[in-house]
Amino acid sequence: MVKPNIESILSGERIALARLLSEVENDSPIGRAALDELFPHTGKAHLIGVTGAPGTGKSSLVNQMALYYRAGKIPKQVAIVAVDPSSPFTGGAVLGDRVRMRDLAGDPGVFIRSMASRGSLGGLAQATAAMVQVFDAAGFDPILIETVGAGQTEVDIARLAHTTLVVESPGLGDEIQAIKAGILEIADILVVNKADLPGIENTERALKGMLGLAHPVAKVFRHHGQEMVIQGSEPENAALWVPPILRTIATNGTGVAELVAAIEQHAEHLHKSGDWGRRERARMEAELEVLLTETLVNRFREGVSDSRYEKMVDKLVRRKISPWGAVKALLK
Amino acid sequence: MPEHKIRVLVAKPGLDGHDRGAKVVARALRDAGMEVIYTGLRQTPEMIAEAALQEDVDVVGLSILSGAHMALIPPILKLLKANGQEHVKIFVGGIVPDEDVPRLKEMGVTGVYGPGAPTEKIVKEIRATVKTAK
Repeated sequence: MVKPNIESILSGERIALARLLSEVENDSPIGRAALDELFPHTGKAHLIGVTGAPGTGKSSLVNQMALYYRAGKIPKQVAIVAVDPSSPFTGGAVLGDRVRMRDLAGDPGVFIRSMASRGSLGGLAQATAAMVQVFDAAGFDPILIETVGAGQTEVDIARLAHTTLVVESPGLGDEIQAIKAGILEIADILVVNKADLPGIENTERALKGMLGLAHPVAKVFRHHGQEMVIQGSEPENAALWVPPILRTIATNGTGVAELVAAIEQHAEHLHKSGDWGRRERARMEAELEVLLTETLVNRFREGVSDSRYEKMVDKLVRRKISPWGAVKALLK
Repeated sequence: MPEHKIRVLVAKPGLDGHDRGAKVVARALRDAGMEVIYTGLRQTPEMIAEAALQEDVDVVGLSILSGAHMALIPPILKLLKANGQEHVKIFVGGIVPDEDVPRLKEMGVTGVYGPGAPTEKIVKEIRATVKTAK
């Protein structure tokens, strides 16, 4: 394809945008070059992550949120990035999030893009962050990022988004599930969707219990489970955010106004407490590290012949060498 | 650099509410390693063209059982062209009388498949057309 015209992306031209998103998703040289040029134009959008187990109603909720943003006095330009899983065997995928977003059809102020996870395990695809940058540069704000149906450890979204919603629905687990580390911990806002179903009180109670047990902590993302030291002053305890628990019924929009209000309050809190800047810094650092790791690994692999690599795997299989031993031998 | 994934939009235009065929095809394309964007029932030509644009697909697969193919397909082709997506290949599945097949192909439809068409054939023909288009 031809080199994308950066001006046409910045002015939000839809066909140019759609094609560039593919280049970026495929990590092509054209996509990378465009990202370099677009990067100075990013950093304006509020990135809102929506995660939760499969079938809790994430897509329907995103649909309602986008409708709400569009119905405001000054309608916002809303981008939606919806990730669904790729098959680990064939690499194929059925991306079905649009099925729940048909209310948004025909609105030129909304752009929905489906992505397959393409082997990533953290709930997003490798290229999701880059796709979000393209939307950001093109002037979309907010950008709603819907993860794959997430279990307990698909927490990459908290690294990418400014505000993370974790969507629960009645009947999905008890108090023990609620105090485990992982997905509930990353919530800036807890949403109990399908609030018209029986069992809503139990779910709400379990989540409330979890929050009651917890001592609110500053949520700057730590990578590899290590303590991450962030430059700048520590936030005062008084400024810590306690995730609200909100009820919604995404099929008819009940509770969505309150949800969007809570999202705005959270953004305000991030700005006031200085967490916005801290999160941005942590995000940039994490992204740099991912790209650096990937580039170094690729560069190294180019220097190792496939046959040498295969031989090393053979040795591993026959227990002639340990995985660490193999790494040492290859790096020598 | 990763290989180019074939992206296919599977849509059901019109009013018939029977989407088992569309789902079978979506599943078969998935198993063939393609990325299928499934949009569900009762799509208007405008909705289909818009989704094809936003998703930057290589192929649009239309499932039509209502007999309204001659009414539904021309506006979809027209809208795709107006959006700058004349490179997108159209495949149609469903109940299409034999005498309509050449007319659809003349309009620009790449393949037409009736009930019982083997999914392997659809996969093969989609792969072949996308390859030549690239």
